[in-house]
Amino acid sequence: MAQYQNIFTRVQVHGPIDAGVALPAEDSKRGSTAMINTLLGRFGDAQIGPFYLGGLGTASLICGFIAIEIIGLSMLASVNWNPVTFVRTLFYLSVDPPAASWGLRIPPWSQGGNWIAAGFFLTAAILLWWARMYRRAISLGLGTHVAWGFASAIWLYLVLGFIRPVLMGRWSEAVPFGIFSHLDWTNNFSLTYGNLFYNPFHMLSIAFLYGSALLFAMHAATILAVSHYGGEREIEQITDRGTASERAALFWRWTMGFNASIESIHRWAWWFAVLCTLTGGIGILLTGTAVDNWYQWGIKHDIAPAAYSPGG
Amino acid sequence: MAMLSFEKKYRVRGGTLLGGDLFDFWIGPFYVGLFGIAAAFFAILGTVLIIYGASLGPTWNIWKISINPPDRSYGLGLAPLAAGGIWQLVTICALGAFISWALREVEICRKLGMGYHVPFAFSFAILAYATLVVFRPILMGGWSYGFPYGIISHLDWVSYTGYQYGNFHYNPAHMIAITFFFTTCLALAMHGGLILAATNPPKGQPVKAPEHENSYFRDTIGYSIGTLGIHRLGLLLALNAGFWSAVCIIISGPLWPENVPWSEWWTFEWLKLPIWSR
Repeated sequence: MAQYQNIFTRVQVHGPIDAGVALPAEDSKRGSTAMINTLLGRFGDAQIGPFYLGGLGTASLICGFIAIEIIGLSMLASVNWNPVTFVRTLFYLSVDPPAASWGLRIPPWSQGGNWIAAGFFLTAAILLWWARMYRRAISLGLGTHVAWGFASAIWLYLVLGFIRPVLMGRWSEAVPFGIFSHLDWTNNFSLTYGNLFYNPFHMLSIAFLYGSALLFAMHAATILAVSHYGGEREIEQITDRGTASERAALFWRWTMGFNASIESIHRWAWWFAVLCTLTGGIGILLTGTAVDNWYQWGIKHDIAPAAYSPGG
Repeated sequence: MAMLSFEKKYRVRGGTLLGGDLFDFWIGPFYVGLFGIAAAFFAILGTVLIIYGASLGPTWNIWKISINPPDRSYGLGLAPLAAGGIWQLVTICALGAFISWALREVEICRKLGMGYHVPFAFSFAILAYATLVVFRPILMGGWSYGFPYGIISHLDWVSYTGYQYGNFHYNPAHMIAITFFFTTCLALAMHGGLILAATNPPKGQPVKAPEHENSYFRDTIGYSIGTLGIHRLGLLLALNAGFWSAVCIIISGPLWPENVPWSEWWTFEWLKLPIWSR
């Protein structure tokens, strides 16, 4: 019964540092710093780095740094530059978008101008990072699937902070930068628009979020369970099916009558994750613009009950 | 039709936990086994009970059908069928079916010479379900605390229960659970995307190998966790999402008092940590 389940790597063999696949001549030079961490090697790959910085990476990191500085210094200013109060009340601190009366105009720095500046630089950092994910894939001769997955997350981010506020005609609709403040925003958003649970795109988004956890648990567990047959070498199993993928497939076929292949499970995975933020963004975009009250919408379409009666 | 080209050599006897050879056979693509019989029994009985419960209810609208738990007044006792008894039986059937399903997975693992990762992972989902409809109701002293079985009604229950504690987002275990869910989704997109990117390169280019995968994530984020590591990480993230979901609801009521906003935990417990006293 007792059997090794391959949760940790027991024996590590370290050769020379892997400098990485050669890049095209027109790219910047890849960094040369890399190290081996044997503690990390117990769980995953032991090698950290080398990192490719490049022009897009540099620009993105600078923009991200500026955004975090604006947010952090604005928060620090709001507690009179007291570092202890800053740490103690960090979760309560917030950089809020301009008040509704400002519409889509740009207010003074302390009345939301800082929020607009931080949002601008954060968005610039994210878009530059997207271009970097795309370009790095092309340089290595890979497909651009990771970048397009990232684009789906950016879609939700832009809907929340830019597209929907513009459609509503005021920056005040956007999400504030802050731990508790963004939670409050989420709570109030649902209350304002009649409970987001009745929003069908919110339903889809949640289903894909839970579905992602389910799929990853199923897939990761399956691969680990056949790792003693070399199951984790997925590309090899895709191009030249071995006993690992045969057993993995039969496990699900015998369990639920259906199985994916080693390639198609990654298509399921990619789509579930991508659709989570894609449908989520649609749900947010429709709220307040096309639909004012999701509960009333649910009543109108005969899905919501007229009253809630807990416990029957 | 029922068999894949390579399937026959894998269909061997043995590996059962209970029942010996008696139920050691397949129906179409499905493996049966004693636990297959048990799972089918519980699943069919539970489904029939739900349909019966719906027939007693006011509507056949699929969105509005709801099998509700007993009223508060029944405490932890048995309720008449039409007043929550069906919910109690359906809960027993669901747990019976889930646990049988997990044990059937164990038998299939043994047949195929696989590790037990999948049934182990599934047990976390069963734990989260049992936490919602058994453990927490027992700790709260009433089956009425379970959630109703209905598409919209279970959403209403989540809203209602959440607002009992003010803004549920302030529940620290809920924060951790959501973070694990989002991170799982992110990691899944990255892993799925990477495998598809390596096996579906731009036109005219050869399929890539893990060297390229490693280079991609080392170039972009400084670290590539590797082919084995990503599956360990994925499993860890997904199981934590389920585990902390169970934690966040089991502490709401049994530990943190009912009708007290979770936001007060941050004012009364967090801000009073001795570390802030200076």
